[in-house]
This record gives sequence, structure tokens and C-alpha cells, in this order.
Amino acid sequence: MTRFELNGRDVSVEVADDTPLLWVIRDDLGLTGTKFGCGIGLCGACTLHIDGRAIRSCITPLGAVANARVTTIEGLDPKGQHPLQKAWIATQAPQCGYCQSGQIMQAATLLKDFPDPSDQDIDAVMNGSLCRCMAYVRIRQAIKLAAAELRSGTVHEGTAHE
Amino acid sequence: MIKRIYIGLAILVVLGAALFFALVWRPTIAPIAPGSVAGFPAELVAKGEALAGAGYCATCHTVKGGQPYAGGYGMPTPFGVIYSTNITPDPDSGIGRWSEAAFMRAMHEGVSRDGSHLYPAFPYDYFTKVADEDVRALYAFLMTREPVSAPAQRNTLPFPFNIRVLQAGWKLLFMDQGRYRPVAGKSEAWNRGAYLAEGLSHCAACHTPRNVLGAEKAADDSYAGAMIEGWFAPALTAANTTPLPWTQDELFTYLRSGATALHGVAAGKMSDVVHDLGRLPDADIQAISVYFADLNGSSALKTGSDEALAKALATSALGSRLEPDAGAVLYWAACGSCHYNSATTPLSVRPELALNSALTAATPDTFIHIVMAGIGLEEGIPNVLMPAFSQALNDGEIAKIADYLRRTRTELPAWEQLEARVAAIRRESAGSADLSP
Repeated sequence: MTRFELNGRDVSVEVADDTPLLWVIRDDLGLTGTKFGCGIGLCGACTLHIDGRAIRSCITPLGAVANARVTTIEGLDPKGQHPLQKAWIATQAPQCGYCQSGQIMQAATLLKDFPDPSDQDIDAVMNGSLCRCMAYVRIRQAIKLAAAELRSGTVHEGTAHE
Repeated sequence: MIKRIYIGLAILVVLGAALFFALVWRPTIAPIAPGSVAGFPAELVAKGEALAGAGYCATCHTVKGGQPYAGGYGMPTPFGVIYSTNITPDPDSGIGRWSEAAFMRAMHEGVSRDGSHLYPAFPYDYFTKVADEDVRALYAFLMTREPVSAPAQRNTLPFPFNIRVLQAGWKLLFMDQGRYRPVAGKSEAWNRGAYLAEGLSHCAACHTPRNVLGAEKAADDSYAGAMIEGWFAPALTAANTTPLPWTQDELFTYLRSGATALHGVAAGKMSDVVHDLGRLPDADIQAISVYFADLNGSSALKTGSDEALAKALATSALGSRLEPDAGAVLYWAACGSCHYNSATTPLSVRPELALNSALTAATPDTFIHIVMAGIGLEEGIPNVLMPAFSQALNDGEIAKIADYLRRTRTELPAWEQLEARVAAIRRESAGSADLSP
């Protein structure tokens, strides 16, 4: 039995400790916003937050997150109104949309570490999050838009689970 | 004539054996009735608890997920596997029948209550320096733990290493018995730091290279860095290879919090060290930092904000643009999103590899271990996880990343035979997973 916090609620699962966290979240706990991409931590589609920082869940075993706080795209903001989510819509960033939950979760950590990110900061940190539709230019634009909103000092309520 | 020589030889052998026996024989210390020692003052127990942290007793005397201090942890040595013993006050499998005098003798001389010699995997060659009153506090702490019934595991030492009396010879050759003697002319903090580091905290056990018999090499090699259980424990002297000096402030921050932005995180065994040292007050951690900052010659130096830092940070974004280099591509897909730092300042939650001893060490072993096993939430920086890449990346890919970083983030000679080294460490890690029963 492994216990952890998922999007603010306590969950316990009877699954082998070496099961990838991504499978547990999608198959056992039914949250499918986090995507399976490559399965070897090289594409970023499965990115979620562990104790508030972006991690590839496909190579993170369940045992590693015992008692930790896990946040998925469903829990980033209770109303789906995180500045990054709003900026994603405003810039119409996604095309097929498959990578976007991973992109947004990675970008949230980027903005925590680099509140006013340069192009280089964005390119370097987002490098491990691949987009087959090549929406990179819009993704960068969305990140800058969200960064501006966060910097403007508006108190954002959606970080309850961060 | 020949008969006389034989008789002479026989007498010499008998005398020699008698002398050795006289030197090494230790009596049994009478058992005490279990539970007969009680009523330890609370402050003595509390002091013992802090000191047990300073000596990392639980680290070796506990198996993963097991009862604290119940022993059974397997230590791979070049001679075989030695299992730690149960030091809870259980009368039959623990130290419940040990008097304080028996415990004191084990700490100071490495002799069990029954008079047999202990292996120096139990670091009595350091604990011999611990003051009597501190040993008493440790005894009070251990004897007030919950007794756990956990019989000792059999060591896998082959002949002749399984003959305990030979340990007495090892002690005669390599061990200086006696309590710590303060060094005149050094500050009180320095002496406190030295007392802890040289004694209970036994820093040299990992950081000083050993000879073929497992004893510390000559004094000039003291803290020169050494391989321990497959990891490289870096030099604690001026020979340390990190670009920025380990100043008193840096040492303190690292030992107190498990990470500094300018040196990286405590991983592997060092993670347990930082965790256990957490029980010591700031003043003691500061004292250890004073001692090592003096030893490595950084006392006069300033932390960071110099050319070396700027130079290291200038490499952080290297290769993040498309680059025809397989190592760069792998690094930026797998590692860069967490390890990248902007050119102005490194963040401790983003360990800057150009400043890290894993990359500047003479061997790639520590680097490979960390990539393969990751760093858990309890290790390194609290609540920052690095996933394990052993199942995600193959030997060649890990070797390419290691080679790429060594080539672009340091000016040190390339690591040789990287792929073979990764493969060897992968095999060893698979083997050591079977160590603990």
C-alpha cells in the first residue's frame, strides 16, 4: 500500500512499488490528463509535479513518491485558470494538444525558478518537452504572457496544491 | 646441535604465541540482568540521541525499512560482506546484557562483551577518540530504545579473515587507541570540530584512502578522497576538485541542509550523513565546518562571486540549441530542464553540474551512480526528486552524457572506458540490491 497526496486529496494504492507513477495515475486513479509519450523520460509528455517541481512520471516509480504531494494538470488550478492555462488559450498554443499538459507543468516550474525568463531560459528548460506539431513559437509566447501576469502581482489562487 | 635449534625454535614459538595471546586476549565482561540499567536522566538520553546522529549509528545498524538499531545491514568490503549487529537492548540478540563498561570497551577498543575482537567495519579506530562521558550518553540512549529481537546475520568473510583474533593483529598494526587530545593554539570551535570529525563522525572512514588491509594510508593521504562502496568520497583537502572552494559557509550550508547552490547536493552515503547530523546543534555543524575549512586552506578565501563561478555558469546553456552531438541531444532531452541555470546565479534546486564534484572527480563512478539511481525525496535537497534513469537510458547513452558534460563543463581530462564502466556499475548495483536480507 502506497499513500500519497494527489491534487490535494489523500490517495492510497495497492500497486507494486516499481510501477511507473504515470500508469498509477492514469490507470488506477483515472486521471488521464497526463500523457504517455516515450516512456523513457525523453519527451516530457508525462510531466507532473512532485512536491511542486516538474518530474517525468513515466520513469518515476510509485515507491519514490510515498507521502509526497503529486500535482497533475487537473490539479494545477481548481478552475483550470492558471496563468499558463489562460495564456495557452489566449495564444492558441496547442495544435493536436497531446503534449500540452506536460508543457504546461514544465513551464510552471520554469516560471517558479525564472519569473522573467529570457528566450534562452525558456528554450533550455523546455528543451525536454517535445511538440510534434512544432508549436514552439506559440508555446514560448504563452510562457511569456503567463510570466507577465504572474509578475504583475495578481494574487493567483490556483497554487493551493503547489 | 640440531636438537638444540629445534628446542630453541619451539621455545621461541611458544613465547611468541604467549606474547601475542597476552597482548590480544580480552576477558569476558560479566553480563548484567536484562532491564537492570534504567533511570537514565532524560538529558543524558537526549545527549546520546544527538551523538548517535553524529556517529550515524542508525545508518549502519538498520536495514532499509527495518527497525532502527536492530542491525542486519550488509556492508560490502573487499574481503566479504560484513553485517551490522543489533544494538537495541534485546537481551539475547542485542546488547541488553551489556554493562556500560562492556559498551565503553567496544567503543574504545573494538572488543565485544564476550572478549572477541570486532571487525573495524565498526569504526572503533575512530570511536576510541570519543570522550567517556559521550560514550555514557550513547549507552543511555541505546539502552532506552525499544528492544528488538533480531539475531545477527552471518558474515561472508572467507578464511583467514573470519578468524576474529587476527583483528587483534590489525589493531596492533594500525590502531592508535586513546581519547581525542585538543590541539593547542587552535580555537575551541576548531577543536570541537576536530573532536567530532576525527572521532564519532569518522569522516576519514570514507574520505581517506585505505591500504590493502583496509587501514588508512600514511598521514599525507589523510582526507585525500577515496572510493567507498562504489562511490567516490571527494578529497576534504585542498586537493578537492570542485571549481569553487569549500569555505566554512559552504561547508555549513551543505552539512546543515544537504545542498548548496555552489557545490550541489549530498547524495549516496553522504545523504545519510547529512540526515543524521541533523540531530546536532548549529554550533557543532559550524565547528566541523571551521575544522575542514582550515584543513582545506579555504579559511582565507571568499565564497563564489568570482571568475570560476562566472566561467561555470557560462557553460550552463551550452548545446541547448540544435547541435550535432549525441551527448548534447541526450543531455538536453533528459537532464537540462532541471539542471539548466541562467548566467547570473545558480539555484540550489537546479544543481549546476559545472560546479559539481560528480563531474570534476577523477573517476565517473559517482556521476554514473546518480544518473542510474536518481536521488530520492529524502536524500539530497529535501523534497526535490531526481528520477532514476537506469531503465530509461542504456549504457552507451549514459556514457555519452557523461563524456559530453566532462568535455564541455570542465577542462579536465576525459573519462576513459566510460561505457564499460557504466556496464560494470549496472552489474554491481544489481548485485548489491540482493545484499540486504
